[in-house]
Amino acid sequence: MNWILVPQQFMTGILNGGTLALIALGIVLIYKSSEVFNFAHGHMVMLGAFLVWFFAGGTSQEASGMPFALPFGVAVVAAITVAVLVGLAIERFTLRPMTGQPLLAIILVTLGLAQLLEGTTTLLFGTQPKGFPSPIDSSSVITIEVPPINGQSIVFLDRIILKQVLVVTFIVAIIAAVIFILFFRFTRAGLRMRATSENHELARSVGIKVPRVFGMSWAIAGIIATIGGILLAMVSGVSINLATVALVAFPAILLGGLESFGGAILGGLIVGLVAEMVKASTVIQVRNSAEIAPYVLILIVLIIRPEGLFGRKRIERV
Amino acid sequence: MLKVNNIEVVYSDVILVLRGVTLEVGDGQIVSLLGANGAGKSTTLKAISGLLHSQQGEVTRGSIEFDGQRIDNLTPDDIVQLGIVQVLEGRPLFEHLTVEDNLRTGALFRGVSNAQLKQDLDEVYHFFPRLLEFRNRTSGYLSGGEQQMVVIGRALMAKPKLMLLDEPSLGLAPLLVQNIFRIIEQINAESGVSMLIVEQNANVALQTATYGYVMENGRVVLDGSAEALANNADIKEFYLGIGAGGERKSYRDVKHYKRRKRWLG
Ligand SMILES: Nc1ncnc2c1ncn2[C@@H]1O[C@H](COP(=O)(O)OP(=O)(O)OP(=O)(O)O)[C@@H](O)[C@H]1O
Ligand SMILES: [Mg+2]
Repeated sequence: MNWILVPQQFMTGILNGGTLALIALGIVLIYKSSEVFNFAHGHMVMLGAFLVWFFAGGTSQEASGMPFALPFGVAVVAAITVAVLVGLAIERFTLRPMTGQPLLAIILVTLGLAQLLEGTTTLLFGTQPKGFPSPIDSSSVITIEVPPINGQSIVFLDRIILKQVLVVTFIVAIIAAVIFILFFRFTRAGLRMRATSENHELARSVGIKVPRVFGMSWAIAGIIATIGGILLAMVSGVSINLATVALVAFPAILLGGLESFGGAILGGLIVGLVAEMVKASTVIQVRNSAEIAPYVLILIVLIIRPEGLFGRKRIERV
Repeated sequence: MLKVNNIEVVYSDVILVLRGVTLEVGDGQIVSLLGANGAGKSTTLKAISGLLHSQQGEVTRGSIEFDGQRIDNLTPDDIVQLGIVQVLEGRPLFEHLTVEDNLRTGALFRGVSNAQLKQDLDEVYHFFPRLLEFRNRTSGYLSGGEQQMVVIGRALMAKPKLMLLDEPSLGLAPLLVQNIFRIIEQINAESGVSMLIVEQNANVALQTATYGYVMENGRVVLDGSAEALANNADIKEFYLGIGAGGERKSYRDVKHYKRRKRWLG
């Protein structure tokens, strides 16, 4: 372990984890409401990033020949609108007809959906990676000076350097996550979703329109995915690969427990952290160790706590 | 208000469970539906509340009318909107929600103001003072009796005209059963809600109801005023556990079996 690198990697790891946490939240939402593990969520993230790129007319170098050239904020709103429609369409046309089918079949449908989204995106926007019209310059940094103690440096070069874009994406991700959780916890629509997530039959019996709640869950998942996609793209540009990057949300969820929003957020932060910390250690000499590390961590956690860190235990009265 | 006319119910297109059930619940009435395990009582209630559809069940013959309107093809949420709410068997709760959130789910479909909601909650707490104390507890940890109060309270939040109760006494101590039925009577008297109560506990059910139906094998085999049923020799033997001469009889008794068969025929 190279201790002098640790503070820097720690900060970067946490900041990276914010976006993962938000992406993980979207998967947990669908799982909670309908018990479907949505393998297409990463692709919804990718689609969201492409949509913003498209509506904003690409970067200034790409702008010629693009049908739209909306200001960034407007492009985000347009992309989110499309994502909501896509979410609703997915629920209405691919999942609702599957009602009553075995869960495994439904989960396989989401795998098919992932391919469909990838194919459609490639068809519409091509396979070339794009620059992202990010409002924040990805080269600007925030420097935190950490003076040496007793002439001994505790941080590499006596400073922690944070990319400004990472700080911004972290803040946005956390704000979005908090807004979502407040919505879920304190609104009537949230109560509808919480009730439905526990027991569909019972929800029906109290007059809740369960299919509508599913539709709403997918629409919100679309919003969350799009925001996640924008945040990822701000850091690493737009490409088909974003779907794979978003896959790192899977270990985050398993770590936190499939049914816990708090767990998803914490899981995201931990996975971000672990991946960066591995880079500060000698393990980095093992190829891909930073990518593998979160999965090793899950294995350990799941052996000790099979329901994840915050998974719901079944309520059992004694 | 509720008329079930000779309905037949089939599960999964092949399993015939109800073979002609006819019953009626009048305005403000408490009616009880008795029968052995598997007779089709719960199925009858689900046919009324529309919850059959999500279990691959279907009303294939006959009709169900509520306030003069056919409801056998409506969705559960439409039926709740019309004023019929079912309290499912086994008093299922939204376990991870608090008591008060459980109650609030019952009123969601009405879309009422917060002030009105508050008033409705107070009304439930009036019938179940115990729940006020537990309002912020996670409902899954309540005792069986308290859970029964929550599910009835949740049904009340729908401001129903007709409540369908499936075995409210299930697994409760005798004293608590009396208590729950007392409150059911009180709700009926004060709020004018009609009740159709499915029960295994014929004793308490016939004390509370004014009219009763007895089901066997998917048919109604007997009906009458609660008083007449309570005095009926067969009911006494099979549901109240009192033999004709005061002593209990065994099911293996041949004469018994014949009388039982007469019902089914
Ligand atoms: N979804 C279903 N699919 C197939 N058969 C079913 C289904 N639900 C119930 N049945 C069958 O229908 C019959 C009647 O069931 P129902 O639940 O209505 O009985 P019940 O009178 O409520 O019995 P209990 O007193 O045990 O609750 C039973 O034989 C049961 O096995
Ligand atoms: Mg039953």
